[in-house]
Amino acid sequence: MIMDSKKRMIDVQDVYFKYPHNNENESVVALDGVSLHIEKGEFVGIIGHNGSGKSTLSKLLNAIIFPTQGDVIVSGLNTKDHESLWTIRQTAGMVFQNPDNQLVATIVEEDVAFGPENLGVPPQEIRERVDRALAVVEMQAYAHQKPHQLSGGQKQRIAIAGILAMEPECIIFDEPTAMLDPSGRREVMETIKRLNRDKEMTVIHITHFMEEIVDADRIIVLDKGKVVMEGEPRTIFKQVKRLKEIGLDVPQMTELAYELRSAGLEIADDVLSIEEMVDVLCQ
Amino acid sequence: MSVEIKNLSHTYSEGSPFEFKALKDINLTIEDGSFIGIIGHTGSGKSTLIQHLNGLLTPTSGTVLVDGKDIFETKKTELIQLRHQIGLVFQYPEHQLFEETVQKDVAFGPRNQGLTEDEIDQRVRQSIKMVGLDFDAIKDKSPFELSGGQMRRVAIAGVLAMEPAVLILDEPTAGLDPRGREEILAQIKSLHRQKQITVILVSHSMEDIGKMVDKILVMNEGEVVFYDTPNRVFTEISTLERIGLAVPEVTYLMRRLKDKYPEIREDIFTVEAAKKEILKVIRG
Ligand SMILES: Nc1ncnc2c1ncn2[C@@H]1O[C@H](COP(=O)(O)OP(=O)(O)O)[C@@H](O)[C@H]1O
Ligand SMILES: Nc1ncnc2c1ncn2[C@@H]1O[C@H](COP(=O)(O)OP(=O)(O)O)[C@@H](O)[C@H]1O
Ligand SMILES: [Mg+2]
Ligand SMILES: [Mg+2]
Repeated sequence: MIMDSKKRMIDVQDVYFKYPHNNENESVVALDGVSLHIEKGEFVGIIGHNGSGKSTLSKLLNAIIFPTQGDVIVSGLNTKDHESLWTIRQTAGMVFQNPDNQLVATIVEEDVAFGPENLGVPPQEIRERVDRALAVVEMQAYAHQKPHQLSGGQKQRIAIAGILAMEPECIIFDEPTAMLDPSGRREVMETIKRLNRDKEMTVIHITHFMEEIVDADRIIVLDKGKVVMEGEPRTIFKQVKRLKEIGLDVPQMTELAYELRSAGLEIADDVLSIEEMVDVLCQ
Repeated sequence: MSVEIKNLSHTYSEGSPFEFKALKDINLTIEDGSFIGIIGHTGSGKSTLIQHLNGLLTPTSGTVLVDGKDIFETKKTELIQLRHQIGLVFQYPEHQLFEETVQKDVAFGPRNQGLTEDEIDQRVRQSIKMVGLDFDAIKDKSPFELSGGQMRRVAIAGVLAMEPAVLILDEPTAGLDPRGREEILAQIKSLHRQKQITVILVSHSMEDIGKMVDKILVMNEGEVVFYDTPNRVFTEISTLERIGLAVPEVTYLMRRLKDKYPEIREDIFTVEAAKKEILKVIRG
């Protein structure tokens, strides 16, 4: 990856974030000195146990909350500068876990139009953006339906279309597949990957399903508010023991390769997919 | 406790323009002490089905027999007794926590069963322990200050405290992180073993289901597609894919390895079993 500053989408510089109080009136340090960067066009997976700080990080990137200490720079703009707030929120869009909490309008296309309307985009252009966004998520046929009649996967794709209509450069997905069934998950993952591959959208994908990020450019592992690992999926996932120690998983094929190696079989330790496992075992 | 489902159909909003046939003539028997997994895409009727097993929903036609007794024919008081025997943990059960403390929340069910304070206290301690939480550390906390995984466990403890003979869990691991998932499943498994209760587990994870259950019920569009052992169900790859499901990755792998190792078994659905089988064919 080239470290050209023009290519930098996000720069998180030694960020601390403290929630002033939880229910027990204790303050919580959710991020404890996090530095990371995301380049334009990258697909980055973020994993970490519940409470490790993933959602806090994603809200910082979207300027919903602000660092207690340190800086978050999105496309060259510091989230601390109040004049930049709306630009940043438009640059970095967010999709959340629960498909039912994100759709606001009673008709699909009105829902997708909601964002650009708030940005004051002229009606003619809103029309074009909505059509384009629905086409990208392959939901044109549902433009006039009611969101509550859609499946979970379809609702998430509408939520994604709503973000796309604001024409962001980067989308942060905070466990968008957690509440979906296997086919809903597949639909959403195909949409996310297509956005990254064909539309060159920068994607940050937070998930507990390791299979979803085996072909990410990079994976960042959070543990107790710190970045503890960072690298290509292959180099991250082969550290099976370490990941399990911090309560995480590896893709099933990686785990199988690890088990076979532990049993004395001499095979690669960085197998990620069925295809690779077949190659390794049939060579 | 055995559960027999006979010609069960359920239609939501019958006679209205929104009429929807969610269950269509379901027939099956869940044997006493067995562990059943239910899979099927969202909307296939899983939640509708299990809500009939403790009388929360009433059939449009057909019925449910629990230990041979028709639960929709019994008197109301008897049905209430029966409901206590059949514990249902809803999807996202943490949304149903409402008391000020964990202890009070878990005590809610047994208190409704009319037990004495001593018995209630006993049950609450036991069930909180059973779900792997530290009673003394957690009893006075508000359920709302717990982590997602802990809340989920408190909700399960609340159902266990009623000492059900049949435990039904609707996607108990949805939204949890890998360790949370693993811990909850391990606890369900050990409960089943220790107390020999009947367990019915609804899940989207083929891997989890494959590891744990005696039989899998596959639902699609309100109908039963398969009701059989994991061995048999997981070999029906094309049918499962057609209804939006998939088999565990290791099962696909075994199929792919058949070209090179024709003797390799295909009825494999856990990493552990795959490891054994691969070592066997490679080492001869
Ligand atoms: N609004 C809040 N008030 C107080 N503490 C919070 C709040 N949101 C999150 N936390 C705490 O911050 C930590 C990190 O949470 P979060 O960023 O949501 O983690 P993750 O998304 O990885 O599960 C946890 O300890 C959590 O309990
Ligand atoms: N209260 C209700 N009124 C009308 N339709 C419903 C109701 N509850 C569920 N349904 C419909 O019945 C079907 C089966 O739902 P459900 O049993 O919840 O499926 P699952 O648990 O497999 O996702 C779905 O199409 C759902 O929309
Ligand atoms: Mg989160
Ligand atoms: Mg359901």
